[in-house]
Amino acid sequence: MSFSMARRFGYTDLVIEHFRNPRNIGEMEDADVTAKVGSVACGDLIKLYVKIDDDTKKIEDISFESYGCAANIATSSMMTELVKGKTIEEARRVTYKTIAEALGGLPKVKVHCSVLSRQSLDAAFMKWEVKKGLREVDERFVRKILRGVLDPIEGVDIISAKMVEGIRVADGKIEIRLSVEEGTELAKDIEEDIKDAFEGTPLDLEVRHHKGTPTA
Amino acid sequence: MDNAETTRVDPEVVEVMRLYMLEKYGVPIGEFGSTMEEESSEVLEGAREVIARNINANPEEIVFTSGGTESNALAIKGVAHSKRHEGTKVVASKIEHLSVLDTLRGLGQGGFDTLLLDVDGEGFVDLEGVRRSVDGARLVSVQHANQEIGTLQDLKAIGEVCEEKDVLFHCDAVQSFTKEPIDVEKVGIHLLSVSSHLIHGPKGVGALFVRKGVHPEPLLLGDDREFGLRAGTPNIPGIAGFAKAVDLVNAETVERMRGLRDQAIDLLLEIEDSKLNGPRGERRLCNNVNVTFRYVEGEAVLMHADLEGLVINTGSACYSERLEVSHVIRAIGGTHEEAHGSIRLSPSKWTTGGEIVSASEILGRVVDRLRKVSPLARARRVST
Repeated sequence: MSFSMARRFGYTDLVIEHFRNPRNIGEMEDADVTAKVGSVACGDLIKLYVKIDDDTKKIEDISFESYGCAANIATSSMMTELVKGKTIEEARRVTYKTIAEALGGLPKVKVHCSVLSRQSLDAAFMKWEVKKGLREVDERFVRKILRGVLDPIEGVDIISAKMVEGIRVADGKIEIRLSVEEGTELAKDIEEDIKDAFEGTPLDLEVRHHKGTPTA
Repeated sequence: MDNAETTRVDPEVVEVMRLYMLEKYGVPIGEFGSTMEEESSEVLEGAREVIARNINANPEEIVFTSGGTESNALAIKGVAHSKRHEGTKVVASKIEHLSVLDTLRGLGQGGFDTLLLDVDGEGFVDLEGVRRSVDGARLVSVQHANQEIGTLQDLKAIGEVCEEKDVLFHCDAVQSFTKEPIDVEKVGIHLLSVSSHLIHGPKGVGALFVRKGVHPEPLLLGDDREFGLRAGTPNIPGIAGFAKAVDLVNAETVERMRGLRDQAIDLLLEIEDSKLNGPRGERRLCNNVNVTFRYVEGEAVLMHADLEGLVINTGSACYSERLEVSHVIRAIGGTHEEAHGSIRLSPSKWTTGGEIVSASEILGRVVDRLRKVSPLARARRVST
């Protein structure tokens, strides 16, 4: 057996080990909250399942599903290991750097994978807090959730990519205006990813795109 | 099984190269050289004849280079920069090798007018598109076989359009050289790039066919070697090895590779939710297999396969240094997901039927394993 290709890629033995034998993997039927971050178009997608104790706010159980590369699987696996049993507050102190370091480091082009796995945790906690009435649904919340939605072309989140032109939150209704032209493949992909990102929250969501310039 | 990336050098080729490294290590200098110089001159001109014969060209039309990338650059940049006053339009297909596409991008930044031709769902260049768009162009560059999905273009038809419109025709034949016959005379090609390392020859050697009367501007200057088109000490051992590799090719191995290709395609398509990229049969390169497995990402597939001893390739962005998804799969209308899940296998003359079977078993296992943990696969199961 050779680890040649993985090593050439700059993956540590620990990354390879977590890739081959991911911890906490698979669907969780009775999760209290789920969070989907990333995008199929980017080849980088994580769905996180978390069970949180209402009183202690401890992470009782956590699991993930992955569509992505070896680093995506390994960082998610390590992240779930690091936060399992911790309280939300403690878990929030686990940064993407902590995850990468725990794996013995990541190749430069794969650091975004640990950022994404950390992002899934953030999204899950915020959604849980909204569900429990501990967090108000405001623009800040919407922005944070949108940080987990990626622009498939550039591979960065749609806030950084400046694709979000406006957000309006009123009476449990969220309206998101995007700078993407209506009817395009990109618009469809992103709208679907946004809906996935808010999945499980009792919110009414509307995504608006730019009207295309009429063709002559 | 990644012989479209590179191949193992044939031991017989190594033997020939040894001779020109350890014993006959001279280089051709002038008309009255020493014995060693003469020996090197002989092998160089002999190799020129071997390459020329294979594509029905004259030996004086063969220029040795450092490989396919340089051949493509010499052809495209060379023609574009010569007689620039006669026109600045350069055309290529969207699925060319990056050495062609990046060269075009560079020309575009340098003020040239570049245009990329669409291809259909199997990767074939739209002939009507060629006809419509090549007016006033200096050069059209269309490959013979595609590096990812094995599509073999109808070069004769493209050549006819180029002749009709009086445009130079460059063809990147790096993938197909010696695997599919090519006759530069019949097809009306003006420049043709070939390479050694995909046919069990050494790396770092290639050639460019330059039709008599076509005068690209050289990239490298300093002497008049290679008919004034490529200065520098010729890589004699490499060129000798290249010629030997061409000599070793025979029709039988090509036919055998076709059989392996079709066997692999059939076996891989038995895996659920898979799809062939590129055409089938005669219009596909003899050693190219490219299949997309839905709901999985290629880098993870490669990594698992590698750990089981199977070396393959993917069009996934996660595997590319630029983190860009395969431009070929996108150009044939594939979604990002289809590009991420695309896997290429390319057998060689040494691949066996047994190896094809075990490769498809490994892939079946790996794909299944990754689908079990993919949120997309679950979405599919729920939806059906």
